Amino acid sequence: MKYKTQKVAYWFWALSMLLLTIQLTYGFIMGFARVGYDGLHQWIPFNTAHTVHLNTLVVWLLSGFMGAAYYIIPEEAETELWKPKLAYLQLIALTLVGVAALTGYHFNIWEGRKFLEIPRELDWLVAIDVILFLVILLMTILKGKKKSTTAWVLYGGLAGAAVLYLPGMISFDSQVLDSFFRWWVVHLWVEGVWELIMGGILAFLLIKLTGVDREVIEKWLYVVIGLTFLSGILGTGHHYYYIGVNKIWLIVGGIFSSLEPLAFLAMTLWALNMYRKGEKKHPNKLAIIWTLAAAIISFLGAGVLGLAHTLPQTNLYTHGTLVTAMHGHLAFWGAYASIVLAIIVYAMPNLTGRKLYDHPRGRLAFWLSNIGIFTMVSAFAAAGVAQVYLERILGYDFGQVQNEIKVHFWVLITGATILSTGITLYIIDFVKYGLPTDEALES
Amino acid sequence: MLTKQQAKIFFLVGTFVTFAIFIGLTIYSLQQVQTKLPEDVARGKHIWEKNNCMGCHTIMGEGAYYAPELTNVIERRGEPFVRGVLQTKKPWQPNGRKMVAYGMNEQETNDMIAFFKWVGNLDLNGFEKVNKKVSPLAVDHMKSNN
Repeated sequence: MKYKTQKVAYWFWALSMLLLTIQLTYGFIMGFARVGYDGLHQWIPFNTAHTVHLNTLVVWLLSGFMGAAYYIIPEEAETELWKPKLAYLQLIALTLVGVAALTGYHFNIWEGRKFLEIPRELDWLVAIDVILFLVILLMTILKGKKKSTTAWVLYGGLAGAAVLYLPGMISFDSQVLDSFFRWWVVHLWVEGVWELIMGGILAFLLIKLTGVDREVIEKWLYVVIGLTFLSGILGTGHHYYYIGVNKIWLIVGGIFSSLEPLAFLAMTLWALNMYRKGEKKHPNKLAIIWTLAAAIISFLGAGVLGLAHTLPQTNLYTHGTLVTAMHGHLAFWGAYASIVLAIIVYAMPNLTGRKLYDHPRGRLAFWLSNIGIFTMVSAFAAAGVAQVYLERILGYDFGQVQNEIKVHFWVLITGATILSTGITLYIIDFVKYGLPTDEALES
Repeated sequence: MLTKQQAKIFFLVGTFVTFAIFIGLTIYSLQQVQTKLPEDVARGKHIWEKNNCMGCHTIMGEGAYYAPELTNVIERRGEPFVRGVLQTKKPWQPNGRKMVAYGMNEQETNDMIAFFKWVGNLDLNGFEKVNKKVSPLAVDHMKSNN
């Protein structure tokens, strides 16, 4: 690392590792419930496990993004972080909100809206926490020597995510309006501003790992995020096909969401080209692998698998089935989980001074987690397609269909076991790096 | 060859234009959405959220894919069946999947039924027809209950 205050990032990533562990654990509870082993139902019914699974996902990724921002912004702005003690306070507040929310979910304290289950009272604490985070970063950028495109794009994505959280806090009596504005948060996050965050982190990693000129990398960053918004904003319409709003969204959503893979394709080509043009001298090959994997798998998961069921003619049948879970798992893994895991793999040697990236454990973690997630996605795909045919085409009862496709949930659990083994190895690496030290400061 | 400045303009103009169209379409769409709902429907939606039904079921195709889609549940299973499910205090597991026994009172049940009926009457651009098919099993089940 170049600046002492970059150490703050470590603690956000440690929180991410903890939440990721909880997310996987509750994923197993859900997976086993699907095959009939639901012994924890009395204490953790499926809706509790589902809510914890989704919310830990969102918060570990956000904590990962925050850690990435605290690591990247000082280096990009060429200055120490503004008031680092406030950053620790922000971390403590985020942790407390997380603990309160997760505990509450076990006592039916929630909003019951997918992805936005955090109770309203805690929403306000989240808002205050995020405002504090954004102020710290903005002040750091403003007092810095350099105002880089990478830093501004990363900051823009984070600020956008904060603003877009607000529509989710409006109460509606109508399920139609509720759903309409819920997607302003969920879609415009994951297929909008989060891609800015991903683009900013990816640009930083490409600059550091390939040695290609910053101006070239940042030029293509603008193209990628330009394509993201050009397709993604109106692509929100693919969530509006069948929720009780007018037919115009069938056309608008169909056309623009079909263009969404272009942004991810551009991101993949951008990363691969920068790597090809680069010097290939950076010793942290593991970080390069994770970085390129994030670019490629995001295209497969968010782009290709999204396209597979985004046209209204197809989505009419796949909407509300496990086909969505197939797309969702690989999209989140490729676009967001992988980029967070990539920046951590890149930064840990710099924060701690220990160079563990040549150890085979790191590579094994990468391959096992990716083989695991692809196995899971294949299981969801097979289950989803079978569900669509049996339930939506032949008209069989939901429960009977779920029993017919049960075998795929065993494959799902197998994949999840492989993924969890990979993640366990990753976390062992994280722990073995130890705490960040001032001695690790680059001369 | 594209310059960084041109790429920046592409990003800014593209974002502004598509966002402006999105806001315009939103205003246009929402003018046609019913905003004033009967009180029992609104209360039903509140009960739906309070119990996080979406954490297992789907409605209008949105939810957790663990339990049946409920958009047309009244038409599909009949009101007495739905009423019984909501009011039972005994834990049960249809097709092997456990459901929480909510034991709702008469008022809560009426509100939930009103909510389901309201959703069931929405024009969902064709999705309501896809999910309206009544399976042979469900028909047998309903016959045996009657």
